[in-house]
Amino acid sequence: MPHPDPSIADTGVRVMVSRADFPALIAVLRDEGHRVIGPTVRDGAVVLDDVAGVDVLAAGWGDEQEGGRYRLVRRDDGALFGHGAPAQSWKRFLHPPRVRLWRAEGNRDGFTVTDGAEESPRQAFIGVRACELMAIRIQDKVFHTPTATDPVYAGRRRGAFIVAVACGQAGGTCFCASMGAGPAVGPGHDIAVTELMDGGRHDFLMEAGSDRGAEVLRRLPGRPAAEADLAAAANLVRRTAEAMGRTMEADHAALLRESLRSPHWERVAQRCLGCGNCTMVCPTCFCTTVEDTTDLGGTSAERWRLWDSCFTLEFSYIHGGPVRRQTASRYRQWITHKLSTWHEQFGTSGCVGCGRCITWCPVGIDITEETRALGLERRAEQGGGDGSGGGA
Amino acid sequence: MGQVEGLEKFLKEQPVFQDLDADSLAFVAGCAMNRRYEVGEYLFEEGDDAALFFLLRHGTVAVEARVPGRQPIVIQTLHEGDVLGWSWLAPPHRCTFDARATTLVRALSIDAVCLRNKCEQNHELGYRIFVRFAGIMADLLHSARMQMLDVYGPPQQGARQ
Amino acid sequence: MEAAPDRHDGTDPMMPRPYRITTRRRDLADTFTMTLEPVEGEPMRFRPGQFNMLYVFGVGEVPVSISGDRDDPRHLVHTVRAVGSVTSAMAALTPGAVIGVRGPFGTAWPVDEAHGSDVVVVAGGVGLAPLRPVIYETIARRQKFGRVVILYGARTPADILFERELRDWRGRFDMSVHVTVDRAGPGWSGHVGVVTRLIERAVFEPDSAMAFVCGPEIMMDFATRSLEARGVTQDRIHVSMERNMKCAIGFCGHCQYGGDFICRDGAVFPYSAIRDRFHVREL
Repeated sequence: MPHPDPSIADTGVRVMVSRADFPALIAVLRDEGHRVIGPTVRDGAVVLDDVAGVDVLAAGWGDEQEGGRYRLVRRDDGALFGHGAPAQSWKRFLHPPRVRLWRAEGNRDGFTVTDGAEESPRQAFIGVRACELMAIRIQDKVFHTPTATDPVYAGRRRGAFIVAVACGQAGGTCFCASMGAGPAVGPGHDIAVTELMDGGRHDFLMEAGSDRGAEVLRRLPGRPAAEADLAAAANLVRRTAEAMGRTMEADHAALLRESLRSPHWERVAQRCLGCGNCTMVCPTCFCTTVEDTTDLGGTSAERWRLWDSCFTLEFSYIHGGPVRRQTASRYRQWITHKLSTWHEQFGTSGCVGCGRCITWCPVGIDITEETRALGLERRAEQGGGDGSGGGA
Repeated sequence: MGQVEGLEKFLKEQPVFQDLDADSLAFVAGCAMNRRYEVGEYLFEEGDDAALFFLLRHGTVAVEARVPGRQPIVIQTLHEGDVLGWSWLAPPHRCTFDARATTLVRALSIDAVCLRNKCEQNHELGYRIFVRFAGIMADLLHSARMQMLDVYGPPQQGARQ
Repeated sequence: MEAAPDRHDGTDPMMPRPYRITTRRRDLADTFTMTLEPVEGEPMRFRPGQFNMLYVFGVGEVPVSISGDRDDPRHLVHTVRAVGSVTSAMAALTPGAVIGVRGPFGTAWPVDEAHGSDVVVVAGGVGLAPLRPVIYETIARRQKFGRVVILYGARTPADILFERELRDWRGRFDMSVHVTVDRAGPGWSGHVGVVTRLIERAVFEPDSAMAFVCGPEIMMDFATRSLEARGVTQDRIHVSMERNMKCAIGFCGHCQYGGDFICRDGAVFPYSAIRDRFHVREL
């Protein structure tokens, strides 16, 4: 793979930065006025939070993720990004859980808006995984449609500097490969980082994905990336792709569309608590509700926007009752939207295979397993008529 | 003679009798009689023996439920072209509601006892009549259920918006 | 403050515009009609079938179809049924009060596509309100349409919405109006029975007719079946769907109906587009 001379191109800028020099990346981003956010350790999990320096990053931590299970484990190599998907995603920084949309004062002519939306912060995200970057690109399409643009998301998105990170290991619940969302980092990043620790070294390959990414890289101490570095990075990603914890059933969008009446939903409903954890941790789930409030005097009012979940009974409330009364229909709504109708709405899948919904489901319901079960059911129906066993 | 021919022609045009052969039609015509009801008159009342059923030729008939202490409730209105009365088909052969003329009504009544006896003897005729009436009753049942659902009623308690 | 890009017309789509209530009339026990005028600025132009989000200061917002005449934009008319906290608060407002309006949103009844055809309007209960702009349209441009047939079903005679207008429309020589109720007392001389009966008997040409149906979902279900039985094709039957809404601009996710956002891809749909979804329980 050829590597261009960094002094010529804005894209194609590739440098190697040592572990010792890594803090310079954070420093430069802060210097440029970004609030830097990255993976930290808190409450027994990797959590995205403010990062002032490299010491608060989740260095030396890995994790074990399985259905309904998350454990931090200590690594012995000091890797900065040796863990899997953090507990929540970057969604909370682009599409905040609580946002005041406006504030108004009542008066004789009704009301006057006194405050609109807040200023959008400038944020730098360090450690955005391939799946998460894909999720951001998916949400870009959600919040900018032919009919409307969400100003809150748009403002924060414009002000976001993205440092993506390639995954050096696949998590137990990961299936980005079968969703086409990773593990190789796709377009949309400002800088893509691969942590290389082969042969006893600890370096970071940093590749610019944008002009401003290249500008930042030029301010860092580093050496040009060599052929061997690029090869090592490619190898790492390939090994990760081969070690995925799970895979998603092929042709799942059509499968779900045709399974609306399946008896399987009742089976899932036996286990699903309707807690909505999956929607909270999912990097693409975007549903919100609007809350109109007023002060006690009734003279000033505010409108807030809050995260919401299709798993609540109130979500589909009309005319005195919820449309989706049963847990079965609510689970069906979530998974069918995620894997099927999202395509009709936005032209992409809604799922990036990050596995969070599997990890953080209290009862370990697995989106890949449920889809597989529907696939088996359909194949049994199609193959069962002549008495021969269902196909594989 | 002319009147009976006219009757047969009229009966042949009614969907409920359209599968019948000439002999059967003639028989039904023999059980039929033109009647006229003034406003407020009852074609039959709840509890009556279902001795007749009717083909409405003109006017409106209200099928009503009697509710002690309240005004009667009209549950259906029937109009020109409709068949009124199905209780004659099955025991106990008793009318379940009142049928009241709300306008001047001209109707053709059919002697149900006579027709029922004939159906006993002639099962082919019986089958054809019963199939048609099954359709009429299915329609009535469907309508009754839809009305029972009270779809325009106020939403249940605890509405949010 | 951030410049707000949005609905691509320069206004923040989540910000209501103040409108003053100029008239308010009680239609039925729980239903009222308000006429609104903007406190400042131009009145909104809308198409029949569209809806606004109506905001009561500090209380909340609800989607309500526009029930007025599109040729009279100065007077924005909404018919509201008081069923919950926001609509009840709205019911207590009097002329002079100001509410917030966002809109118009949603798809329109394709009345223009019905030029040259018979128009069959089938309404149930308060569903007559979103269809009233269609009726006004056929009256304003009567010569463009074939027969105009209005079929309306209500619970009881006391629940007939826009009764005086229905009588006026019935009094015209160029349209036919039939009204039925689910049950009545002896004082009612009209039809008693389901609105499907009216469909079975109405005079119109099914091959070319366009039907517009609005009412409770169950009623739309049996009305569309009757229309199909008459020979009206599914692509020429239009219904107005309803789901929970919070934003009306396709972002909150509440109004999803399969792959469609009812606020944006509806509320008016050709029946052919939703037929498969219509009969899936709790979709």
